[in-house]
Amino acid sequence: MTRAEKNLHTGRRGILLGGGGLLLATLWPAASSRAATGMLVEDAPAPFAPNTYIRITPDNRITLILPNIEMGQGIYTSSVMLIAEELGVDLAQVEMEAAPPGSAEITGGSMSIMTEWMPLRQAGAAARTVLVQAAATRWGVGPESCAVGSGIITHAPSGRTLTFGDVAVDASKLPLPKEPPLKAATDYRLIGKPQHRLDSAVKVEGAAVFGIDVRVPGQKIGTVAACPVVGGTLRGLNRDAAMAVRGVVAVLVTDAKDAVCVVGEHYWAARKGLQALRVEWNVGPNGDVNTRTIYDQLHEGLKGPAIVPSPKGDAESAIAKSHASYSAIYQQPLLAHAPMEPINCTAHVRPDGCDVWTGTQVADRARDTASEITGLPKEKITLHSQYIGGGFGRRLEHEYVTQCLHFAKQVNYPLKIVWSREEDITRDRYRPAYVDEVTAGLNEKGRVTAIKHRVVGPAVVARWDPPELTKEGYDEDLSVATLVTPYSYDAYRLEFARREAPGVITAWWRGVGGTRGLFVVEGFIDELAERAGVDKVAYRRELAKANPRAVAVLDQVAKDAGWDTPVPNGRARGVALQFAFGSYMASIAEIEMPAPDTVLIHRVTAVVDCGQVVNPDQVISQIEGGLIFGFSAALYNEITLENGRVQESNFNTWRVMRMNEAPRRIDVRLMDSREDPGGIGEVGTAAAAPVLANAMAAAQGHRYRTLPLLSPRNLEKEAVR
Amino acid sequence: MMRHGLSRPSFLLALLAGTSLMSVGPAQAAPSVERGEYLARAADCEACHTVPGGVPFAGGRAFPVPGMGVIYAPNITPDPDHGIGKWTDDEFVRSVREGVSPGWKHLYPAMPYPAYARMSVDEVKDIRAWLATVPPSANTPSPNHLKFPFSIRAMMVGWNLLNGPASSYPDDPQKSAEWNRGRYLVEGPGHCADCHSPRTLTYGLSADRAFAGTVVNGLRAYNISPDKSSGIGGWSDEALAQYLSTGHADGHGTASADMAEVISFSLHYLTPADIHAMVVYLHDLKPQSSDDAASPPRKPAAGDDTLPQATKGARLFASTCAGCHLPDGSGRQSPFANIIGSRTLSADGGRNLVRIIMNGSTLTTASGNQIMPGFAGGNLSQRDLNDIAAFVMTHFTEATPSEDKLNAAAKGP
Amino acid sequence: MQTLRVNGQTHTVDVDPDTPLLWVLRDIIGLDGTKFGCGIAQCGVCTVHLDGRPVRACALQVSQIGDGAITTIEGLDDADPIVHAVKKAWIDLDVVQCGYCQPGQVMAAVGLLKTVKNPTDDQIDSAMSGNMCRCGTYMRIRKAIHLAAGEAV
Ligand code: FES
Ligand code: FES
Repeated sequence: MTRAEKNLHTGRRGILLGGGGLLLATLWPAASSRAATGMLVEDAPAPFAPNTYIRITPDNRITLILPNIEMGQGIYTSSVMLIAEELGVDLAQVEMEAAPPGSAEITGGSMSIMTEWMPLRQAGAAARTVLVQAAATRWGVGPESCAVGSGIITHAPSGRTLTFGDVAVDASKLPLPKEPPLKAATDYRLIGKPQHRLDSAVKVEGAAVFGIDVRVPGQKIGTVAACPVVGGTLRGLNRDAAMAVRGVVAVLVTDAKDAVCVVGEHYWAARKGLQALRVEWNVGPNGDVNTRTIYDQLHEGLKGPAIVPSPKGDAESAIAKSHASYSAIYQQPLLAHAPMEPINCTAHVRPDGCDVWTGTQVADRARDTASEITGLPKEKITLHSQYIGGGFGRRLEHEYVTQCLHFAKQVNYPLKIVWSREEDITRDRYRPAYVDEVTAGLNEKGRVTAIKHRVVGPAVVARWDPPELTKEGYDEDLSVATLVTPYSYDAYRLEFARREAPGVITAWWRGVGGTRGLFVVEGFIDELAERAGVDKVAYRRELAKANPRAVAVLDQVAKDAGWDTPVPNGRARGVALQFAFGSYMASIAEIEMPAPDTVLIHRVTAVVDCGQVVNPDQVISQIEGGLIFGFSAALYNEITLENGRVQESNFNTWRVMRMNEAPRRIDVRLMDSREDPGGIGEVGTAAAAPVLANAMAAAQGHRYRTLPLLSPRNLEKEAVR
Repeated sequence: MMRHGLSRPSFLLALLAGTSLMSVGPAQAAPSVERGEYLARAADCEACHTVPGGVPFAGGRAFPVPGMGVIYAPNITPDPDHGIGKWTDDEFVRSVREGVSPGWKHLYPAMPYPAYARMSVDEVKDIRAWLATVPPSANTPSPNHLKFPFSIRAMMVGWNLLNGPASSYPDDPQKSAEWNRGRYLVEGPGHCADCHSPRTLTYGLSADRAFAGTVVNGLRAYNISPDKSSGIGGWSDEALAQYLSTGHADGHGTASADMAEVISFSLHYLTPADIHAMVVYLHDLKPQSSDDAASPPRKPAAGDDTLPQATKGARLFASTCAGCHLPDGSGRQSPFANIIGSRTLSADGGRNLVRIIMNGSTLTTASGNQIMPGFAGGNLSQRDLNDIAAFVMTHFTEATPSEDKLNAAAKGP
Repeated sequence: MQTLRVNGQTHTVDVDPDTPLLWVLRDIIGLDGTKFGCGIAQCGVCTVHLDGRPVRACALQVSQIGDGAITTIEGLDDADPIVHAVKKAWIDLDVVQCGYCQPGQVMAAVGLLKTVKNPTDDQIDSAMSGNMCRCGTYMRIRKAIHLAAGEAV
C-alpha cells in the first residue's frame, strides 16, 4: 500500500480550510489541525445545527462529518457510503470527521443505520442538487443536462466539466432543495456492494488514536480507585507513601470522597503510587450486598404485583382453560462490558474553557456534564471524540468523564485518567441480572394457546433516561423478544416486576433488551417444541406463520445448516429465531460436548434479513463478532458480589472467548431485501445464548435455564444432581 | 505469597531465613539497629506480622489452624497501646526465645520461638531495637478464635515440655565456620524446619525425618534434604544459592506461594556469604527420601511456538498461560516465567501446581515484583484449572495426573 | 536509568527497574500503537517483538530487557514480505472492528509466520489464543493468517 492510499483510506485528518466552500446547512469554519491521526473535531462554533454532514472547499476537498461514533461497527464506512452514493463521489475522495456534540447524537441500540438511512442520503442528494445547479448556471444550461460522477460535474453535450470544488462557493449561496430526489435502488453504485472499511489501514498500522492514546502537551497521567462498594466513602489514605513514589506528582480526592486519583508522569508511577496509597474505605450501606441476596430479591419478585403493558386477550384465563400448561424459570447474571480499551478520559480545565478528549457514545451528555462540573457555559467546552476501542454499551455511560473532570478541575495541567482493568471490571455499570418466568397454555397437540411472561429486574431506562420510563413504570426495552416477536399468540400477557438491586448500578449492554429476552423466549419455545415432540424448526415456523420475513429466514437457515440432514456423530444442533433491532435472523449452532464443561462450537449458520443492506461484508462481520461476544457471556461470564464488592477483577477471572474456543466456521447469509435497513450491531449477540443453550440442551438432554451456561457454580450443582 | 484466602502455615508457619553477621559475636554494649534489621529479615518477621498489603508489622494476619481455630498475628510496631511499645527488652526477648509474652501469655507455636531461641539474647535485643524504629500503628488485630482446649494458653506449658524452646548451642568444631553459620541460619532465625520437616504427633518437629518435606496449609513444603531424587541432591551449589537469593534458578523454576514470600521478605535481603553458608549446610544434611519426588521432565521442542489443541487443558494453557510461560515453558517476559525443571510441575501429584494456578504467586525481587495472577474464584471452573494442571504435568513432565489428587489439592487443608 | 533499543533507536529513560516496557513505550517514548488491556499478560494487546519473538510488553520489566531489540507495531518493516503480507491480508479481509486489539494481533501473527511458514488451524489457534479480541474478529484473523502465509512465500 502506498502512502497516498493509506491517507485516503485512513480518514486521516487533513488541515481544514477556513471559510469559503460549501458546508451543507451550516457554515463551519474549521480550526486547528492535529498532527496525529484520529477523529478529532475541534472548536465547533456555537450555532451548529444538526444535519451538517458535508463540507466541500474550493480546493475540492470533500469532508464528511459523521454523526455516529466509530467503535468497531463500521459505521464510518457505511455512513460515508450513504452520503457518497447520493452526492456522486468515490469513497477514496472523501475524508471523515466525527461530529462534535450539539446534534444530540447517541450511538447505541443498533440505531445508526436505521435512523440515518434517510437523512444521510438526503444530505448527499441536496448537496449534489445545488452543486449541479451552480455548474449549470455557470454554463448557462439546464441542470438536467448535467451528469455527476466521482466529484465531477459533466455537461455531456459540450463535454465541459467542473469539479465540486470549482462550484462549492457558488453552491453554498443557493437554497437547499426541500426534498431532493433520491436514487432508485437499482441505480446504487455503492449501497449494497461490499466496500472495504475506511478505517482498516490506520488501525492495522497502530496509528488510530483512541481515547487512551490522546497526548496533549503538558499532560499528566492518573489512575483511579473508586470505593469498591457503591455508596461508600474514603476513610483514610497514606498520601506521603504515594508521593514518595518516583514520578508521582499529585494525590487527588473527589469532593464526594468516593474516589481517589494518583497522578504521575506516566501510568506506572501513578499505579505504584495508588498501591502505596493503601486506601481504606467506609463501605457505607451496601456492605452486605452479595450475589445470593440479589437473586433472592429477583426470585421473590415472581410473586406479587407487577406492571402489565399492552396485554393481548386474557392470557390468564386462556391458560387456565387450556388443555395443559407449562412453565419455566430462567435466570441471567450481572455482566460487565470489559471493552478492550480500558476506561479513560483526558480533560484540561482552565478558567476560560475546558477541553475533553474521550471516546463516548453520548457526546452531548459528556459535554453537558463538563459544563456543570466546571461551571463554564457549554460553548466553552470542547469535546474531542476519539475512536472507541469497544463500546458494547459501556460508553453510553459517561460517569468516567464526570470523574475525570472532578479530578481535572483540581489541577492546572491536562489530566488523563486511565483505569486499570481491575477498576474497569469492578467499577463497571453492569448489565442487570434478571429472573423470568414464562407460562404457556397448550392445546392437545402441545401448541401454544396463550403465554404469560413475567420479567423481574431493574428498569435501566429509569436511571439512564427517566422520561422514557412509562407512567406505569415500564421500561420499553424489555419488550424486545417478549412483546415484539416473530410469533403470534392468541393471548399474551407480559408482566414486569421492577426490582433494583441495591449496591449495583445497572446499565445497557450490547443487545440490550433483545439479548435478555431472547435467551428466555427462544429457550422456552424450544422446550415447548420438545415437549410436543415436534421438530424445533417446524414448531417455530407454525408460530411465526403470520410473519413471512421470519419464516423465510428460518427456512433458509434450516437449508443452509442442513437441519434435515443427520447430525454428525457426537454433535448436536440448536436453533433460534429472532426479530430485534428491526432485523430478522435465524441461526443454527452445531456443537459437540465431550464433557459437561466443554463446548466445541463447530459451526454457526445464520440467515439475516436486515432490510436494505448498506455494506454487506460489514454486516457479516458484525454478526460474526456479535455472536462471539455473546458466546463469551453465554458460556462464561457472570459478575458476582460479596460484601458489596465485585469478585471478578481482570481477565484471569473474567473470561473472554479466545480464538481456540471460537467457532471454526460462521456462515452468514444476507437476504435480498428492499425494506428499510434494520440494526445489526447487536443482532448476533442476542442470538448467541439461545442458539447455544438450545444446542447444549440437545447435546446433554437437559435444559439450560441459567446463564452463564458453564458457570462454575452451576457445574457444581450439576455434578451433585 | 501475599494474598487473601491463602493464609500461611497454621501454627507451623514460615520457612527459611538467615542472618548477615559475619560472626555471632560476644555481647555488645548497645543494641545495633542495623544488625537488628538484618536479623529481623533473616527471621522473616514481616511476612507473618503483616496483613497482605497492609501496614508492615501491624499484625492481623490470620493463620487458620486446622482443628484448632484461627490465630491472628499480633501488632509488633512500637505503638504503646496496640503494639509492643511498652514492653521491656527482656519481655521482648522472652517472647521471641521462649514464647512467653508479658502477662504470662504463652504464644502458640505459630511463633517459631523454639528456632528463634538459637539467636542470642543480644541478637534479639537488636531486633527489638530495629522494630522500635518502624512506624507505629494503632491496628488491633482480631482476638484468636480457638476451640477448647486449645483456647487455654496454659496448655502450652505442657507443649513446651515436650517440644519446647531449644537454645543457642555451640559451634561444631568438626565443621567449617561456613557450615556452622549455615546451621545457625537454617535452624535458627530461618526456621526452615518449621515448614520443611514433618511434625510429630504432638506437632513437634520430627528429628528423624528432618527436612524431608511435608504438607503445610495444603501446600507441599518440599524435601530440602540432599536426597538425589526427592530432595535437592541434584542441585548445584550455584543453582541453590541463586534460588534462595533470587527465587529462581534455571532448570529448577521459580519459588512460588509461601516460598516466594520467604524469598521476598527474608532471603533476598541476605548477603551472598550467608546464602552460601546455608547452601553448605543444606547440602550436608542427612538425605531423606520421600514420595513426593518430581517426575522426569519431558522436553517440548524449544522454540516451538505452537501447542497441541486437542484438549481443554491444552487450549486453556495456550490462551491463559503461554502468554508468559511460552508453549515450550521457557518463559516469554522474564527468566522468572521459565518453568522448565520446576518441581512444582509434577511433584506430589501436582498439589502445588494446582494451588498456584488457583491462587497465583508474588515474588519480590531486587528489581520489583514478579506476579503470576491467580485464576480461581472467577469465570474459570475448578475443573478448568485442574485441566490446565493436568496438561502441564503431561506436556512438560512424564507425570500421570490423577483427578482425585488434583481435586484434593484444590480443596486444600 | 535504563537504556532500550526500540525500532532501531536507542532510548535512555529514567524509570524504576520494575517499570513494564509498555508504559515506557506509551507514556515516555510516545509509541502508543502498543496498547494497554490488562497489565497481567492475559490479553495480548501490548504484544511487541523482543529479538523477533512476540512478548507482552505489560509484563516485561525494563530491567530485564538488557540489550534485546524491541520492535513495536510502528517499527515493523513494510518491506519485509511477511509484514507486508499480514497487513495486506488484514485490509483485504476487513479484519478490524474497533481495532484496539489489532496491533497486538498483527505483531503476534507476524511472529508466528516468522517461525511457522505455513501454519495449520491448530497452530494458528495455539499461537493466537493469547490475544483477545472483544469484537470477535477471530475467524477473519485466522483466515488472514492463512492468506498472508500463502502470499508471503
Ligand atoms: S496489556 Fe499486556 S497482555 Fe494485556
Ligand atoms: S477489533 Fe475490537 S477488540 Fe479486536
